[in-house]
Amino acid sequence: MNDMSQTATGNPSVSIQDLDLSFGAVKVLQGLNLDIAEGEFLVLLGSSGCGKSTLLNCIAGLLDVSDGQIWIKGKNVTWAEPSDRGIGMVFQSYALYPQMTVKGNLSFGLKNARVPKDEIERRVARAAEVLQIEPLLDRKPGALSGGQRQRVAIGRALVRDVDVFLFDEPLSNLDAKLRADLRVELKRLHNQLQNTMIYVTHDQVEAMTLADRIAIMKGGEIMQLGSPDEIYNRPRNRYVADFIGSPSMNFMDGHLENGVFSTDELRMPMDGYEFTARQPGGPAILGIRPEHVVTGELVSGAPVQHEVTVDLVEPMGSDTLVWAKLGEQIFRIRMDGQSRVKPGETMVIGLDPSRASLFDAGTEDRL
Amino acid sequence: MANPATLGATGAAMDASRGQMSSDHHRGPRPKKALSRRNIMLYGVLIVVSLYYLLPLYVMIVTSLKGMPEIRMGNVFGPPLEVTFEPWAKAWSQACTGINCDGLSRGFFNSVQILIPSVLMSIAVASVSGYALSMWKFRGSEVFFTILLMGAFIPYQVMIYPVVLLLRNMGLFGSLSGLVLVHTVFGMPILVLLFRNYFASLPVELFKAARVDGAGFWQIFFRIMAPMSLPIFVVAMILQVTGIWNDFLFGVIYTRPDQYPMTVQLNNIVNSVQGVKEYNVNMAATLLTGLVPLTVYFVSGKLFVRGIAAGAVKG
Ligand SMILES: Nc1ncnc2c1ncn2[C@@H]1O[C@H](COP(=O)(O)OP(=O)(O)OP(=O)(O)O)[C@@H](O)[C@H]1O
Ligand SMILES: [Mg+2]
Repeated sequence: MNDMSQTATGNPSVSIQDLDLSFGAVKVLQGLNLDIAEGEFLVLLGSSGCGKSTLLNCIAGLLDVSDGQIWIKGKNVTWAEPSDRGIGMVFQSYALYPQMTVKGNLSFGLKNARVPKDEIERRVARAAEVLQIEPLLDRKPGALSGGQRQRVAIGRALVRDVDVFLFDEPLSNLDAKLRADLRVELKRLHNQLQNTMIYVTHDQVEAMTLADRIAIMKGGEIMQLGSPDEIYNRPRNRYVADFIGSPSMNFMDGHLENGVFSTDELRMPMDGYEFTARQPGGPAILGIRPEHVVTGELVSGAPVQHEVTVDLVEPMGSDTLVWAKLGEQIFRIRMDGQSRVKPGETMVIGLDPSRASLFDAGTEDRL
Repeated sequence: MANPATLGATGAAMDASRGQMSSDHHRGPRPKKALSRRNIMLYGVLIVVSLYYLLPLYVMIVTSLKGMPEIRMGNVFGPPLEVTFEPWAKAWSQACTGINCDGLSRGFFNSVQILIPSVLMSIAVASVSGYALSMWKFRGSEVFFTILLMGAFIPYQVMIYPVVLLLRNMGLFGSLSGLVLVHTVFGMPILVLLFRNYFASLPVELFKAARVDGAGFWQIFFRIMAPMSLPIFVVAMILQVTGIWNDFLFGVIYTRPDQYPMTVQLNNIVNSVQGVKEYNVNMAATLLTGLVPLTVYFVSGKLFVRGIAAGAVKG
């Protein structure tokens, strides 16, 4: 039966069913369900300690699960050895074997699997070519730069010809520039190989740029699973809304009645906003992203206009972050880098209800 | 009203900054006084302490190179008037214990026969145990480790007689293999602790990566962990070589006289009551016995320090 229902939705490459994991009395993951499609790039995103690495280690078989099942490629691998699961893993600290050359590192797993010699040669050569590490093959990891080491670590997963790649914050030890470069390379690699990839990070930019789908985790649970666009534009609850986006979303406490959101300062008819339920009302929280606030000439076109006082200006080159006061409330506004505003000035901003988010003040779920 | 006060304060500040003018040329590292009181104290203490340790060694060396007539003259600190290696030769091959007269050489070869298998076995067993305890945590591994550690705190004296019984039941009492077994077992607590802590300081991700790569228990140990652990192997070797070579108690209890290790042989030579006391031979014998640990220290001292440091940094 189970098999039938899976084929109906397209056989998932990795399927996690009711997964529990606890370290002694500490429950890290509870009843977690997740299906990852063939060739999908899934990013697990969440703050530190929310259980991302733990989940990845469970999938890899490096931690014994307390309950639940893990299926990879239609096989139940819950009790299988890590090497028999058809996965390759890349670690944050590279974890290259320091006493072996790059070539030794790449071929170690293949030798363990008793792959014939010429086949090993062929696969190592191919991985080295894809990752452009051919000149480094005879060096020891100690003689490589951080970026080169991470490439070798990726190569080690690559040569194993596996269906699923697991990445645990592979880029977080690199400097910003290199991180951006390797990020693009990873994306290209995924386009080329079309493997399933599960990628753990707490860098939003990585998540947004790489992912087909993002799973936002908090306290061992998945808060929202969806495309980057969905997560950014239609966050399911206040936590996700706050977590995604930098600078983060502005929140205002108020009241929703007959489709109009109001605070002491502001009255905002929510025309064009897609409510999830039919006629919600009562205490609510309005969320507006700093980059969705319009200023200058564009204000006249905005459905809602309001006056604010500039409090602080942070020029960042490409754009300028303005901390303004809307009544008593601090309000972040992202403006063009060339705009000249000074603290103390007043200006008029325009808000668009169709790009805002509304949350219930009690449950903090999206309305 | 507050103005004059503020002015006064600024004036004082300016005066102070003018006073610091003379330090304007200061640049680069601050010069250090070579003969500061601190340095005199430090080097003074170091010199006194090293004299305290080196003087007896000096006396032993010069005495072992003198003939008996010269020793009887009584100048303990004087260098030998006539250097002779006779005492060394005698200590090695002719000195008498109460039982036989073939010198220390017999004890030396006994000690070597005890030392080599004991060191190899104890390090082999301890390194694998330490690796298993740190990487492959099994149910009860912590309890096991705690019990093992407690072994390090039980006084040897308590265990001497039970071990005699045990060895006798196993038919190993009085044989070299029995002593080897005793040395191996008694070395376990401290060695396992040493290895476990070292392996625990290696990155876990390395172990995880190897498991994903399909390596098993022994492959991970031999191909990945052991090659990274040379310093700690050297530390363990030095501890065991010196410990086992210098052992007296177990040697005297668990072996028969013709298998006594060098330390016991030395004791019997020095304390033998027949004939005159040959101080020069005794000194030479003592130096000969101490030569092995000394060589080990000299050869591997640098590695030893590095190993200790490596263990300490990541604790
Ligand atoms: N071996 C362990 N024993 C007990 N608790 C653990 C163990 N490993 C992890 N934890 C706990 O499980 C929780 C999840 O840890 P995990 O490493 O999965 O976090 P993470 O989401 O990967 O965080 P980060 O982004 O910092 O890597 C944490 O609260 C952590 O303290
Ligand atoms: Mg982590």
